[in-house]
Amino acid sequence: MPEEVQKEIEEVLSREYEWGFVAPIEEEVAPPGINEDIIRYISEKKEEPDWMLEWRLKAYRIWKSMWERGEEPHWAYAHYPPIDYQAISYYAAPKKKPKYGSLDEVDPEIRRMFEKLGIPLEEQKALAGVAVDAVLDSVSVATTYRKKLEEMGIIFMSISEAIREHPDLVRKYLGTVVPPGDNFFAALNAAVFSDGTFVYVPPGVKCPIELSTYFRINAARTGQFERTLIVADKNSYVSYLEGCTAPMRDEHQLHAAVVELIALDGAEIKYSTVQNWWTGDEEGRGGIYNFVTKRGLCAGKNSRIMWVQVEVGSVITWKYPSTILKGDNSVSEFYSVAITNKRQQADTGTKMIHIGKNTRSRIVSKGISAGYGNNTYRGMVKILPSAENARNYTQCDSMLIGNNCGAHTVPSIEVRNPTAVSEHEATTSRIGEDILFYCRQRGLDEEKAIELIISGFAKEVLRQLPMEFAVEARKLLSISLEGSVG
Amino acid sequence: MKTLLEIRNLRAGIDGKEILKGINLQINAGELHAIMGPNGSGKSTLAQVIAGHPAYEVYEGEILFDGENILELDPEERAQKGIFLAFQAPVEIPGVPLLEFLKTALNELREARGEEPVDTMTFLNKVKELAKEIIGKEEVIYRGVNEGFSGGERKRNEILQMRLLEPRFAVLDEIDSGLDIDALKLVAKHINEMRSPERAFLLITHYYRILEHVKPDVVHVLYDGKIVRTGDYNLALEVEEKGYDWLLETANA
Repeated sequence: MPEEVQKEIEEVLSREYEWGFVAPIEEEVAPPGINEDIIRYISEKKEEPDWMLEWRLKAYRIWKSMWERGEEPHWAYAHYPPIDYQAISYYAAPKKKPKYGSLDEVDPEIRRMFEKLGIPLEEQKALAGVAVDAVLDSVSVATTYRKKLEEMGIIFMSISEAIREHPDLVRKYLGTVVPPGDNFFAALNAAVFSDGTFVYVPPGVKCPIELSTYFRINAARTGQFERTLIVADKNSYVSYLEGCTAPMRDEHQLHAAVVELIALDGAEIKYSTVQNWWTGDEEGRGGIYNFVTKRGLCAGKNSRIMWVQVEVGSVITWKYPSTILKGDNSVSEFYSVAITNKRQQADTGTKMIHIGKNTRSRIVSKGISAGYGNNTYRGMVKILPSAENARNYTQCDSMLIGNNCGAHTVPSIEVRNPTAVSEHEATTSRIGEDILFYCRQRGLDEEKAIELIISGFAKEVLRQLPMEFAVEARKLLSISLEGSVG
Repeated sequence: MKTLLEIRNLRAGIDGKEILKGINLQINAGELHAIMGPNGSGKSTLAQVIAGHPAYEVYEGEILFDGENILELDPEERAQKGIFLAFQAPVEIPGVPLLEFLKTALNELREARGEEPVDTMTFLNKVKELAKEIIGKEEVIYRGVNEGFSGGERKRNEILQMRLLEPRFAVLDEIDSGLDIDALKLVAKHINEMRSPERAFLLITHYYRILEHVKPDVVHVLYDGKIVRTGDYNLALEVEEKGYDWLLETANA
């Protein structure tokens, strides 16, 4: 590679994270460490009922015994120093916790921060079709469009509020898809989850707008433990968008979210994510550890769950949005594009567990590796004996940029019903200087060229995103790869 | 006559290996020059260096376009000034529909000239028409750029792009190789239709064949990184009859 190209790459890669700033908002932070007193402290701060505290304590004890037995998972293709769980603070909340009647009352500092992030909190943006439940450091500060949704019987609020206002619904479904003992990080989340989102769509209701929540980490040493629960009752429909950015920080930040989706008979849930947490510096220092458990349950007949994810950020990603296809004729799709650049390591994929008859799943995974990034697709397709005529199709493509990155594919297919069919296709390709030069010769600058090439590669995934996200996501992909092609 | 492209004492190569060893060339607006030469003489390197491929290094000399030295310009800036390269081996861009690619390219060029983006319907009709005429089928515009295209179709696609983007200076790098006689005639027809007093061409070829159809104004012979002979159309005829060895003997004499 010519020296100046190398220089150019270094320059672009060393550019500061565009959204790496910190808003000076006074915060109330719990002392570092995890123990039963901290769990009680969190629960009390959130004015939770006793059953919730008991649920958390039970989860904490599960986590503690997992910890003592050394069950923190290390099988992912990722390398990082041990996490000191006692050095993390598990709760942070804005000191003033006002209840806003209108957006005008929201702390201008917070509003400026949201605006800088391009979060469409304003009414006109909501009118354009996006209702935003903005989560700032684990506590909801503003909710738009809620009234209108309420009229349709749709519940869309922070999970803390839902625990207080709709305890029966939350209690009925919380932890039914991802039980506290499911895995190490799910147990940790169940014990200390700070806030998150609750959505309930009543029978027969089609949610008319894309529901969206923006997450943001704003306090050093404070892990984010979001908890999302979405229930789509019979024959209902909801599309939910989750997008996040995080400010630059020096030390690693642990993010261990749990997302549970439940689709009853004939219901459909579409869950889209654009993940852009801070990736760390050139050496990966300061990047977010993103250890997420996302799982959906197609509980009812003819139900449908679709996962769409654009994974661009975090220094380490451990994430497998999965679906249990329990209802007969249920369908699940997983569309993913994941970029690893610099020192990012992503171990991501999906699990499709077929239980019901005539269940169908489709997996489309696009991994892009650049810099010193490592991208692993880890997938599992399991067809149980009860899943007559189950169908699965998996397509898994990797693109390499440069010579120092890696792409890995770890598929696992288990078919235990002779009528089932599972197909798997995989490819690996490379963006070369020649393809880039071809575009530039036609008048496209490097950024436009990469955007075009990547959008072509990830087309199948991007076109699944809701319109509001598709353009942003496409832009994000090219920004995160800028200068990585020599 | 106005000089469009001027190359002065150009020395260039790749990975430290010198391939062009002092090229001097002047192409006026309205002219079509042909460069002939055996394999390895540096023909494609010349094309790539004019277009600004970043892998190539320039050790000495200048390339002036409209009197301005373009060696410091990025490939896209050269394209925006009106330089077009028809690639010898056009690449495939999977998943990017040809239509979208062409529209992006045209709008980038228009923007650089301070023009409004092209009207979508006008554009679509134009591209369909060109695709039908040059590649032989309209539906290719919805496929990925060169995805699943045969070698001949890729070459035709280069001509389609030249017609659409209407450059002021086009370098055609072995546009004739791998084409059957009908395709060759079609390519020549489009080159001829585009010839105008404002526009110039540099046609790189191994063979005399295409020159019969696009009578060049000037013919150069490139050998070992240098232009060893320059003449008119008759020089191409002589090369065809006697081969390159004959030339070398006279050049060295």
